[in-house]
Amino acid sequence: MTILDWLQDYTIQNVVIGAALLGLISGVLGSFAVLRKQSLLGDTLSHAALPGVCIGFLIAGTRNIGSILFGALVSGALAALLMLALTRNSRLKTDAGLGITLSTFFALGVVLLTYIQGTNNAAQGGLDSFLFGQAAATLRSDLWIMGGITVAALGLVSLLWKEFKLVSFDPSYAASLGLPVVWLEVLLTVMIALAVVVGLQMVGVVLMAAMIIAPAVAARQWSHRLEGMVLLAAAIGVGGGVFGALLSALSRGLATGPLIILSVSSVVIVSLLFAPRRGFVWEIVRLRRSRRRLRYQQVLTTLYQLAAAHADSRYRSGQGMIDTYHGTSTQRALRKLHRRGYVVRHAAPPEEPNTAGQWVLTPAGIHEAERILDSLGREAL
Amino acid sequence: MLAPLFDNIPLMIMLVGMLVGIASTLVGTFLVLRGSSMLSDAIGHSIVFGIVIVWLLTHQQSGPVQIVGAALTGLLTVFLTELLVNTQRVKKDAAIGLVFPVLFSIGVLLLNLYARDVHIDTHTVLLGEIGFVWLDTVSIGGYPVPQSLLSMGAMTLLNGLFVLVFFKELKLATFDAPLAKALGFAPGVLFYALLMLTSGTAVAAFDAVGAVLFVAFVIVPPSAAYLLTNRLWLMFVYGMVISVLSSVSGYYLAVAWDVSIGGMMAVMTGVFLLLAFLAGPHYGLLAQLARRRGQRRLNENRTLAVHLYNHEGEPEQAVENVTRALREHLHWDAAKARRVVQRSREQGHVLQEGELLHLTPAGRAIAREILEPAKF
Repeated sequence: MTILDWLQDYTIQNVVIGAALLGLISGVLGSFAVLRKQSLLGDTLSHAALPGVCIGFLIAGTRNIGSILFGALVSGALAALLMLALTRNSRLKTDAGLGITLSTFFALGVVLLTYIQGTNNAAQGGLDSFLFGQAAATLRSDLWIMGGITVAALGLVSLLWKEFKLVSFDPSYAASLGLPVVWLEVLLTVMIALAVVVGLQMVGVVLMAAMIIAPAVAARQWSHRLEGMVLLAAAIGVGGGVFGALLSALSRGLATGPLIILSVSSVVIVSLLFAPRRGFVWEIVRLRRSRRRLRYQQVLTTLYQLAAAHADSRYRSGQGMIDTYHGTSTQRALRKLHRRGYVVRHAAPPEEPNTAGQWVLTPAGIHEAERILDSLGREAL
Repeated sequence: MLAPLFDNIPLMIMLVGMLVGIASTLVGTFLVLRGSSMLSDAIGHSIVFGIVIVWLLTHQQSGPVQIVGAALTGLLTVFLTELLVNTQRVKKDAAIGLVFPVLFSIGVLLLNLYARDVHIDTHTVLLGEIGFVWLDTVSIGGYPVPQSLLSMGAMTLLNGLFVLVFFKELKLATFDAPLAKALGFAPGVLFYALLMLTSGTAVAAFDAVGAVLFVAFVIVPPSAAYLLTNRLWLMFVYGMVISVLSSVSGYYLAVAWDVSIGGMMAVMTGVFLLLAFLAGPHYGLLAQLARRRGQRRLNENRTLAVHLYNHEGEPEQAVENVTRALREHLHWDAAKARRVVQRSREQGHVLQEGELLHLTPAGRAIAREILEPAKF
């Protein structure tokens, strides 16, 4: 198959569009969830969608995507409400509330799933695909619904952009401005349930959590502004989603969900390591550089203070003594100082051959040491 | 003599369910108290990776080496999560949600790739096959003992032993980690040991209940128990009782409705939690409501007593100390005023003479307790 054939393939078109929609909505809404420290809410909402999927199927009697997704949305919202009720009205903490709703709703879904399998309904085939996702099973009609949900969610975000931004970063200030903070938070939560609903077909209920979190975390490393983060998260979501879904559609028997998650997660790893400023690799480089500079400055000022203590500007310090003083090898720092002309090796006179190789400050070195000490403030020493 | 016991399939299934619940409660209690419940979710998912790897390497699904090997992936999850958190680039909850999906994804893909070589399919990963535990048996002393029963029994013993031996240390590390550290108890090491046991339990329970239902057994019974008591050892007792009840009731309901047995057992833990949440003796919603209502009624009685006391023996007494006046002076509607007067009379704080309301000595004491607290 050539690339052109690919693009004209009906299934592949569906898969690409579906994955792009998923990446878009989960990237945007995930950014808010991650910033509001509600990352694991997506995990709970997606697991809790399973009973809704089954009930939607039972009511419609067929694999009608509309009723299934609506069921998923309702049971996700119910789970969120139950979680709030549990944590607000009892002494259970958030983590327990999340875990309880996640596991019991999922268990209920499993029970309903096996009940449907027991009824031998011929149309039940494919319900399993909601566990791990099956991109290749996406139909054109499914895409219209997924697209509609995505457009609605993105429309809401752009309409309420300012409000969502404020609620995410400073909810108490938002409340003092008279914004309906509780309603905005409820809205953001419901919209995460919407993202979960879009993802059911592509990645399944189990892995949807990562789809909410991963693009947002990756984007966070590259941008310090919400605008940039949201746009980038959407782009990463779309890219990772399409790549993973294509891999799954082209390989036989590999579940879509895991492939999408792995491709998005590799973007996270690259971002954590190499993003400018926040990247971990740069931090290590920075750390090593500043440690080396510190050592070099320490050695220079040590030489200076030794000279001052002996009232001899040409005081000779042996390498071994400097090493002992600093408790580590200073050879590298001394070589650097030598290169810059701050120290020279003592040329030993014939009567004292064992002083050869000792280090002596140059006038430039004395000047530099004084400059460093001044910048630190001498009284500190 | 014991043979009929091991041939009794329902009993074997329920026993495995109980052991999963008990072993999970033993470790889950501390996870819930520490606020690390979601780690069990992460561990449950990521051991799938370990189980597949161990299977591909050794071609044996059970045995101590297999359990330890697969359980190490659970520990790896926790380690990677903490590593991510320590870089300060990612918050704790996001880190959990990043790490376990990756390991889980790799596990599922390996299952897809080596489907023919691996004994589990992706379905079992999530749901378990507790209904079939009796198929896979080993012979011990001539009896066919289900493999799951054996490994779950071992994990239950191990967890129980750990909790018993380190009860004091675990208690201290859970409720006051800094003090535990200051006393030299190494709460970090204890916690890792706890998580290792959690992973081991997850691996042993995997064939029976799968990766996700396991979470219900770890978190839900201890949470329900937490709503019922303030004592740590009672939490264990209640958690285990709930596990046993869920296992038995879940089994029979599942058989009656022909649905997943493991799923139904997990649903039942949720039902018991809901019961504890609603009807628990002290923290239950109903108890809270009752307490609030009692408090409100007490306040109403006190208000009435203070009002009557203020006007007692004064000229306007005939106008003030009648039920009618309460509407204006205390802003009570007629029904409320009548209700409060009625209640105060029944409790012997107030006497009615014609229209006039009198305080009894008991009622006067209530008013003075509020107005002149120093004398009490």
